[in-house]
Amino acid sequence: MIEIENVTKIYPGRRGMFGEQPPVTALSDVSLSVRPGESFGLVGESGSGKTTLTRCILRLEAPTSGRIRFDGHDFATLSPAALRAMRARIQIVFQDPFASLNPRMSVHDIVTEPMLIHRATLGLNPRAQTERAAELLDLVGLGPQYLHRYPHEFSGGQRQRICIARALAPNPAMVLLDEPTSALDVSVQAQVLNLLGDLQTRLGLTYLFISHDLGVIRYVCDRMALILRGRIVEQGETQAVFETPSSDYARMLISAMPEVAFD
Amino acid sequence: MTDIPAPPIVQESARSLSMRRALFRFRQSHLSMLGAALVILVLVIAVLGPWIAPYPDHVAGGVDTANRFKPPSWGNPFGTNELGQDVLSLVLAGTRVSVLAGLGVVVIGTLVGTLAGAVAGFAGGWWDEILMRISDLKLTVPGLILAMAVAAALGPGIVNMVIAISLSWWPGYARLVRGEVLAKKEEVFVTAARAIGASPARILFRHILPNIVSPIVVKMSLDMGFAILTVASLGFIGIGVRPPTPEWGTLLSVSRSYMPDFWWTAMFPGLAMFVAIFGFNLLGDGLRDVLDPRARR
Repeated sequence: MIEIENVTKIYPGRRGMFGEQPPVTALSDVSLSVRPGESFGLVGESGSGKTTLTRCILRLEAPTSGRIRFDGHDFATLSPAALRAMRARIQIVFQDPFASLNPRMSVHDIVTEPMLIHRATLGLNPRAQTERAAELLDLVGLGPQYLHRYPHEFSGGQRQRICIARALAPNPAMVLLDEPTSALDVSVQAQVLNLLGDLQTRLGLTYLFISHDLGVIRYVCDRMALILRGRIVEQGETQAVFETPSSDYARMLISAMPEVAFD
Repeated sequence: MTDIPAPPIVQESARSLSMRRALFRFRQSHLSMLGAALVILVLVIAVLGPWIAPYPDHVAGGVDTANRFKPPSWGNPFGTNELGQDVLSLVLAGTRVSVLAGLGVVVIGTLVGTLAGAVAGFAGGWWDEILMRISDLKLTVPGLILAMAVAAALGPGIVNMVIAISLSWWPGYARLVRGEVLAKKEEVFVTAARAIGASPARILFRHILPNIVSPIVVKMSLDMGFAILTVASLGFIGIGVRPPTPEWGTLLSVSRSYMPDFWWTAMFPGLAMFVAIFGFNLLGDGLRDVLDPRARR
């Protein structure tokens, strides 16, 4: 589904009046691949390069070197129009549901916007878009009666559901989940995780699940990778990583996990 | 999930519903309604002024020296001036020049300034440098002096005066809009829009600009007052509109030497300015409350 090959991202340093800032290597030689239909977990602490990787995957930034291929297409070689069409296939849910919705747009406008942008590929007229928006709201557990509300009228969990509905709007094959539950209450976290699991089975989605919460990763993901200061230090089946970690970092993280029974 | 009671399912489009809600919220506030009423009144007078004036020949420049400096009475509710002209007629007729010129200045200034500021903030790089240095240059010259110079160069006339004032007016908007655009550009919802595949134009006009409408509206409402005053100032110093074309600033300027004995000659043009500026400010506040869903009371 997506192949990330030897991706390196270096932010150039800056020469200012008061000395130099050295260049920052956010990602170095990262390679991983996500298979269709699976949930791939990416775990790392703050500043480890998780978010930089999502920005490179979405082509919001260009990697310094290396290749990212989605369905065999290298984003770097696509024309702007082809890249835009490609963006329908890969969507993202951000960490902060309070910042990631435009406060001036109604839920209807937020959810139909991807359909409007990709109407050439999706072929939906305005009426069909509104109907699909209502269906999507149903799908994420909000009713169509919320279509004409504005984001500030919703709680965090509800907003995250709106973000998920927006991500699903253009019929993506893959969804990047950038810490989708870490800004939510624990009780709401479980609801959203269950919703995500549900949607994956029903729609056959592929997830790249980014988190710093090992418990969440263990609960959700089939395979996982550990990232530390821009390098992948461990990669494998989730169960294998948890049972027989091969790197010191993995052992340290797993031993630091609070014991919680998942059933 | 249960904290919001489910509203009834509506068949209306999202846009017409939100418009209706906005109107409803606007009408909840008495001050906003007063502001809107004053602005409508002023605009109606601006359009109809010369025709509803009781003494149209005075508006055209006719004098009646037998009736100089008559205090307010039933025949002349605002009294008469040093030429025996009916002050009410002059104030009514002067509304058009003052208000429409002020409106023209603010609208042109906002359009040009918003466009320049949005392009500078959004595109960055050389565009930013070029546009902002031009606006810095404008800001180094006092606005009134620049307007005077331009008005003198272009020659007298209301349109030329509006152009002259607008030239010194847009940099304020450009700087405001640029700052707001720079701040909004980093918001997550803008990143989200880029990830969806939205074009730069769509991001700018659909995501960034609607979110900075309120500071622009507030500035416009405040500026409307300043613009009317600037138009009046140019009239006052004799560069803008000249008698006999009635205009509030000119009327005030002529009558200042007759204070305080013939107070009505200055009082009523000043009062007209006050009402217009007050109305625009109230309207601006009301619009901000409606346009910004978060600042709602």
